[in-house]
Order: sequence, then C-alpha cells, then structure tokens
Amino acid sequence: MADQNIQRLLAQRSFTELGARQRARALLDAGSFRELLDPFARLMSPWLPRQGIVPQADDGVVVAKGLIDGAPAVVIAIEGAFQGGSLGEVGGAKIAGALELAAEDNRNGTPTRAVLLLETGGVRLQEANLGLAAIAEIQAAIVELRQYQPVIGLVAGPVGCFGGMSIAAGLCSYLLVTREARLGLNGPQVIEQEAGIDEYDSRDRPFIWGLTGGEQRHASGLVDGYVSDDVEAIRSELHGLFAKGKPAQERSRRHAWFLQRLRAVDTAVQADAAAVRSAYQGA
Amino acid sequence: MTTAQQQRGLHWFQALAGDAQPLNDLPASLRVADAELAGQPVRYLAVITDTSNPFPRARDGEVGLLEGWGLAQAVDEAIEADRDKATKRALIAIVDVPSQAYGRREEAYGIHQALAGAVDAYARARLAGHAVIGLLVGKAMSGAFLAHGYQANRLIALRDPGVMVHAMGKAAAARITLRSVDELEALAASVPPMAYDLDNYASLGLLAEVLDVEQVMQPTAADLTRVQAALGRALADIADSPRDLRNRLGAANRAASAQVRELLRAQW
Repeated sequence: MADQNIQRLLAQRSFTELGARQRARALLDAGSFRELLDPFARLMSPWLPRQGIVPQADDGVVVAKGLIDGAPAVVIAIEGAFQGGSLGEVGGAKIAGALELAAEDNRNGTPTRAVLLLETGGVRLQEANLGLAAIAEIQAAIVELRQYQPVIGLVAGPVGCFGGMSIAAGLCSYLLVTREARLGLNGPQVIEQEAGIDEYDSRDRPFIWGLTGGEQRHASGLVDGYVSDDVEAIRSELHGLFAKGKPAQERSRRHAWFLQRLRAVDTAVQADAAAVRSAYQGA
Repeated sequence: MTTAQQQRGLHWFQALAGDAQPLNDLPASLRVADAELAGQPVRYLAVITDTSNPFPRARDGEVGLLEGWGLAQAVDEAIEADRDKATKRALIAIVDVPSQAYGRREEAYGIHQALAGAVDAYARARLAGHAVIGLLVGKAMSGAFLAHGYQANRLIALRDPGVMVHAMGKAAAARITLRSVDELEALAASVPPMAYDLDNYASLGLLAEVLDVEQVMQPTAADLTRVQAALGRALADIADSPRDLRNRLGAANRAASAQVRELLRAQW
C-alpha cells in the first residue's frame, strides 16, 4: 500500500510548477499543440517601455490551438511570472481575439472549445484603461462562446485570479481550482489600502487562503471542481467536463438563488469561512 | 464629495425616467424603471447610495454583492419579458459608480461572482438583441464599471472632470505599482491609458460620443433634451450595427488591439 502511494507520487507531474506555454502544451492532446502569435511574432506592449519596464515578446499570454480529447480546442494561458499575470493591451487582445475566433468557428460549424488558464492579478495598471477595456471584451467573448461550447477556467496558482479576470472566471461554464489557487475580486493589498487593516490584513496569509483559497471556494460551491496539482488529474477532469457538455445553467445566471441566500446573511457580524459555507450550502 | 455622494446617478435617473414607477423588488441601492425614449421602450438602471445597505462597505454607491446580483435580476427580467417580442426594450445603464465594494464580507461571499452575474446579464441582453447603452455621468471605476455599463453596445459620456474611467484609485494604484502618487500622476500625464481624465480616455476610441451639459449634477431641461437626443442617436445607430463590441476598435491609441486580432485571424 505504502509502495503504491510512493509510486503514484513519483508518477505525478506538477502542473503549477509549469510555465504558461508548458501548461498549454500539457493540456492539449500529444502532438497537437500549435502556438499562435508566439514570441517570434514579437507583439509586445507598446506602453511598458516608455515607463522603463522591459516588455516580453509574448506579453505574458500564450494562445495555443490543438485538440482536447480529439476535439478542436484553444488553450489560453496567462504567464503569472510576467508582471504578475497582469493584462495589458496586447495580452488582453490575444485572449479576447482568440475567444472571438472560437465563437466564430462555432457559428461556422467547427465546435472549437476553450480552456482559460487564469494566473492573473487583473488589469495591468501601467496600461490601466486599455487593460480594463480588454477585460470587458474578454467577458463579452466568454458569454458568446459558452452559448456553443463549454468554456472552462482553471486557477492553478500560485498567483491566483483577481480583479476583472475574477469576474471573467465567474462567467465560465465550469471553473476548476487547486489548493494553491486563490480567487477573489480585490487583491488583499488593495482592500487593506481602501478599507483598513482591521477589515483585511494583507499579510495574514492563513486568513486570506481561508476566505479565498481553492478549498474554501470549492466548499462554498463557488467553483465546480477541486483538483490536485497533477497534469493527468487536470487533463482527465477537463475531458470529463467537456464530455458532459454545457451546464444546465451557468453559476453567473443564478441571481435569484444568490440573492435569496445573501438576504439571509447576518451582515452585522464580520464574515468567516464557516458562515459562507453554511450560507451557500447546496450551491 | 464623490460623484456618487452628489447623487449624480440618482438625479439623471430621475430626470430620464420621469414619472415612471421604479421596480420595487430590488435592493434599495438600485433604481430601475421602464419608460419610453424616441418612441421605443427603454429600461433605465442606476446604482445609488444607500446609507442603510446591509453590507457596510457598499453604502456609498459602490457595486457590491447585492448590487451585482440585483442588476443581474433587473436585466434578466427584461430579457425574459421581451423574449418573444419583435421590439426588445433598450437597457440604459446610468453609470456613476465610485468602485466595487472593498471588504471582507464581499470577498468571502464572492463579490466576483455577483459582478459576473451582472456582466452575464448585460452581455446576454446585447446578444439577444436588446440595445444596451452606458451613460457615464460620474465615476466609472474598475470592476464596478465592468458590471454596470462596460458591456454596452455604445458608451456615451458627459464632459466633466467628475466623469472618470479607471482601473484603480490613485492611492492604491501607486501602492501596487510601487510608485508615489506624484510619480503615478506624472506617468499618467504622458501615457493615455493610465490617465484619469476623460479626454485621454476618449482618445482610446471606446466612447461613441462625449456631450457638453450645463449642470452635470442636476440636469437642466436643456441638458435632458441633449442627452435624450444622444441616446436616440445611439439607439438608431445600434439598430443598424452588429451586436458585438467591434465598434470600439478604431482608435490610433488602440492600434495594437486591432493588429493583434488581425494577426490572430491570419494564423488561426
């Protein structure tokens, strides 16, 4: 028994340790990976150099076409190691443009599906309003594409998914997280800045993971799957969800259910993890 | 005083909606009413201050948990009610939102998902053939604007220093980018997408129109007529256009956004 566990652990391949390009390659069927606008296209941020920041040749976003479980797919991976996975004009346009083309494929009879690997702090503040505009377009494209095929989001960590892209995550047909993941609208530092340290202590990591970490989000029904940090486990989860097809109703359409639950919350007391799990029981 | 505390959104809502009775099954921080504009049915939607909001971090007009899901409900009801109608009512988001709500309760209960609810509803309304217009009368900040206005077919802004689109307030943006507020302001002056003023924002090509008004906080009769005329023009324009957001891609200051799409299509 112990031997088997050791064998299994040895066979595991960590997903979170991979960079964006390797992650996209790992999720597409073997030999089917084809990157679009790769680093040799040298499409870089026009806004970073004039602020003394070195741009990156893919602007931190990898768009790869290929097959998932034999079906046409596009995997869009954000590189958390470049500028915190923040989205500027070019990276944002790569994501929006790829989702728009996937929707167009579907209208023309090719059932292209999409996976979003979300490792991002949200808008890149050095390109503020162009990042925000791009995120609005990414959100529009997710809602459009998911009419035809599931759009699956995965937050693996370590950066997590914040800002406008957490809203995009909330629009996905299905959302997966690992234990390393965090998912929330506002980054801890921003909340502390805006609301004070008593409201949110950005240095208190157990507190932050306890409220916004993958395990808590799964236990509260705010995501669809809690996966281990293992390439094969994640691939098989994706195959299962794509085989299942579109959900009966996306989470972002359940306003009646959420409003009913939120109206029953005692907001006089500060929130904690247990209260959220209890309020959202049966989600 | 913030633009929301000036109740710009409420005042413009009252002026535009006139005698129309606001819907009453929504959170108190929302004003939603059905009326007519240019002979067409429209639904006006505004987020307003609510000093007794049960969520204390959402009392100054911020878009929080109840506001996100409430907007979703108000928009979704219009989609359902007009499902089989040839003429679908237009949705006019009156935008005066200082920010999303920043707080522990908000993160814990999933404010991102509440805002996704609103984005979802506005985007589906647009795809279903409802004309959606965002009318910017005050602040249009970050996640709050994404949830209320940014999915519109057309964005119209009033020309006023209080009308402002941005991703983050200055103090927090300075902290996150490891700069002083002075440094941030100096950069904002030379990098159009970082700027906080409306003219720089307009240079990004995201606005259909910028309007001059006499009293931005409390519209005069002439202001109302001018804004109604602009909304009417936008409705006519939308009727002849695709339902997507392509119309935002023309500006020189957004050239890369168009170029990326062109090259992606070539390699697709």
